Amino acid sequence: MTMAGGNYEKYKSDGSLAGNVLEWVDARFPATSMWKGHLSEYYAPKNFNFWYFFGSLALLVLVIQIVTGIFLVMHYKPDAALNAAGVPVAFASVEYIMRDVPGGWIIRYMHSTGASAFFIVVYLHMFRGLIYGSYRKPRELTWLFGVGIFLVLMGEAFFGYLLPWGQMSYWGAQVIVNLFGAIPVIGNDLSIVIRGDFVVGDATLNRFFSFHVIAFPLVLIGLVAAHILALHETGSNNPDGIDIKEKKDEKGIPLDGIPFHPYYTVKDIVGVVVFLMVFSAVMFFAPEGAGYFLETPNFYPADPLKTPPHIAPVWYFTPYYSILRAMVWNFFGLDAKFWGVVAMGASVVIFAFLPWLDRSPVRSIRYRGPITKVMITLFVICFFILGYLGTLSPSPMGELISQVCTVFYFAFFLGMPWWSRMDKFKPVPERVTMK
Amino acid sequence: MSNQGKVDCGRRRLVVATAAVGGAGAVAALVPFVSSLLPSERAKAAGAPVEVDISKLESGQMMTVEWRGKPVWIINRTKEMLDTLPKLADQVADPKSEKNQQPAYAQNETRSVKPELLVVVGICTHLGCSPSSKFKAGAEEGMGADWLGGFLCPCHGSTFDFAGRVFKAKPAPTNLEVPPHVYLADTRILIGEDKKGA
Amino acid sequence: MKKFLIALLFAPVLAFAAGGNVHLDKWPGSVSDKAALQNGAKLFVNYCQNCHGASYMRYKNLMDLGLTEAQVKENLMLAGDKIGDLMMVAARSDEQKKWFGATPPDLTIIARARGEAGNAGAGADWLYTYLRTFYKDDKRPTGWNNVAFEAVGMPHVLWELQGTQVLNHETHKLELAVPGKLSPAEYDKAVSDLVGFMVWMGEPQQEFRRTLGIFVLAFLALLFVVAYALKKEYWKDIH
Repeated sequence: MTMAGGNYEKYKSDGSLAGNVLEWVDARFPATSMWKGHLSEYYAPKNFNFWYFFGSLALLVLVIQIVTGIFLVMHYKPDAALNAAGVPVAFASVEYIMRDVPGGWIIRYMHSTGASAFFIVVYLHMFRGLIYGSYRKPRELTWLFGVGIFLVLMGEAFFGYLLPWGQMSYWGAQVIVNLFGAIPVIGNDLSIVIRGDFVVGDATLNRFFSFHVIAFPLVLIGLVAAHILALHETGSNNPDGIDIKEKKDEKGIPLDGIPFHPYYTVKDIVGVVVFLMVFSAVMFFAPEGAGYFLETPNFYPADPLKTPPHIAPVWYFTPYYSILRAMVWNFFGLDAKFWGVVAMGASVVIFAFLPWLDRSPVRSIRYRGPITKVMITLFVICFFILGYLGTLSPSPMGELISQVCTVFYFAFFLGMPWWSRMDKFKPVPERVTMK
Repeated sequence: MSNQGKVDCGRRRLVVATAAVGGAGAVAALVPFVSSLLPSERAKAAGAPVEVDISKLESGQMMTVEWRGKPVWIINRTKEMLDTLPKLADQVADPKSEKNQQPAYAQNETRSVKPELLVVVGICTHLGCSPSSKFKAGAEEGMGADWLGGFLCPCHGSTFDFAGRVFKAKPAPTNLEVPPHVYLADTRILIGEDKKGA
Repeated sequence: MKKFLIALLFAPVLAFAAGGNVHLDKWPGSVSDKAALQNGAKLFVNYCQNCHGASYMRYKNLMDLGLTEAQVKENLMLAGDKIGDLMMVAARSDEQKKWFGATPPDLTIIARARGEAGNAGAGADWLYTYLRTFYKDDKRPTGWNNVAFEAVGMPHVLWELQGTQVLNHETHKLELAVPGKLSPAEYDKAVSDLVGFMVWMGEPQQEFRRTLGIFVLAFLALLFVVAYALKKEYWKDIH
């Protein structure tokens, strides 16, 4: 397959004005080759199913977040000082957007719903990678860029969550930044460097704002570009987990490949419309997401003197938060708090090792045996349980369950080299199947 | 594709239909974004009419009040000041105030409701600087011997007379703007609105 | 011994308050009842706004309740305020802190803040319960306590309307000791109106939001039909 920057012929004008302009541009910029390499002559397997919508949907949500973010920044003020009514300026500026800025509430709800939507589509996208073995050779770099995107996205969401300067924003940031204090020797100084103050304060708010609107989005966009370029270099995986490039016609086009444009553009438009319906249903009828997308304590302005009765991170962080809380043992002379942080960090970073942990001879779950199916099912169940427990106040029963789930969570990854090889597998077809 | 050459009417019609409906949706989605660029309720509240008490404004004095973030001058003109106006009719660009720079009730020689009281937005119509007052006639304020008194914009040198009329051959294209205003009582002016009561 | 018994009797109430598990009465009102919201606005301005601000709201927003500018000015505004002004509390927050020990919270979005995870609408129920469960308690500095908000700092501002309730320590139920200006049913209605106003004030455009949502979904349904037909048309080539 020829890729972007490859040997595409330059555009030749048909003599029309538009044609002349295009020829002029194409002689100076790889317009034709980018169009062909990434869209009209990028051959994607023809058997993409439901799970393959979430990559382009993630891109759509990224665009929504950037566009709405640009407009929110025009009105939002990162300022922890109190205004004349005794309310922090940052908090009041969010309500100002919701009430006084024409159309502001739509933009803000798009952004707040978009934050949760981002994690939903990214989690589903990652799940797709997991069940069809999309991370496996030769797509390890695509996967690693993806894990990078996930990490940066978590940072982006964390910084963004401080900005409304509500009680949850404030105490959530307080708790997470204090986690760094658990790191031996440098911990306390590190958390002071992150906050820029001895408590979460105006300095913290301003630097988080800077990270949220400039630094992290820039890195995010770069990683997304790298993710897509790497994918288009190797070509897409598919639900059968077989390489379509192995069977080509005389022109070198994969027999099971179809041009991304128009086939997957028209298909993805349908996915986009369905996604927008769900998105709009939340945004217009339940913008609080039942108190999970916009947590109700965050409708109180930040009060450094009063911790809300129950602090829980936003839903998309709760699985890792549960893993953090599950660690209650001191090891090697280091206290449980430190190991909690280690476990939480490891639970996210461990995704990066998947390409080398999976030793199964086949990629897709379709041709793998019962062990894989059971392990993935249990993993997903554990992930949900951990996520649910993370929204609750700590309890002895919850602690025990989250410990069991945490152990399984890591066993899933660390045991994968063994269980993935032990499993039975079915013969893989020569050509993709249209199920 | 093998059938690419064929003109497929059904397909084209669907492409057009999807593009049209999708395009309409995209335009509708622009509405909140574009409208968010308009002045907010806060800006509108800050632009609400301003009530001014002018009982202490003596003859020959000027006061400045803020309305919509702009300086509004209220000048209690002396008889001498008013007398300069007819003399300058051939030196100012728009002596009869024909351009739409004032409400109808101020379209007269003194450009005011009450002859002595001028209410005018103190923003040069050239590029938005605020002119300074040069009330003294003659060379005393550095304006040349034939100066009868008025305003000079420090940015690009436009000059205005005591009715805010711009002199000919100056960068400012029009006279200073007279804002909508109304006398609630003899010594109380409401700036920003024409009608009483509201 | 006597103290111990009292503590024991109070224990269930305390436990409930601590756990946040007080039974909440369902708020019976609706944000589309304009007359009720207008009445709620009047109660809010007269009874709440002396101490609590609604500082994200402008008086002008009250016109959305079907009131004219003149009506808002005459009935709902403090003297000297302009129609575009924010609904600030008259007292300064630092002075209030001196008087009450804490600044009474801004109430603009209190109905949203009192919601719960899994039930964002619970805030209305909480407010409806809270404002109806004040009872006389001489041990409190204000002389008042509350079932939904144990050891609340606020006195019962609506006592003239409701009358004085006491807590029966045997049944753990509230009893009306001294009737107020309103009958219990009238009082419940008044509180319902007040809560309705606070729910509306939490997000004044909420009704418009839902209406707009219906149009957006209808439009997307139309777009789905054409987009799906387009996809089918292209994909008939693919086998």
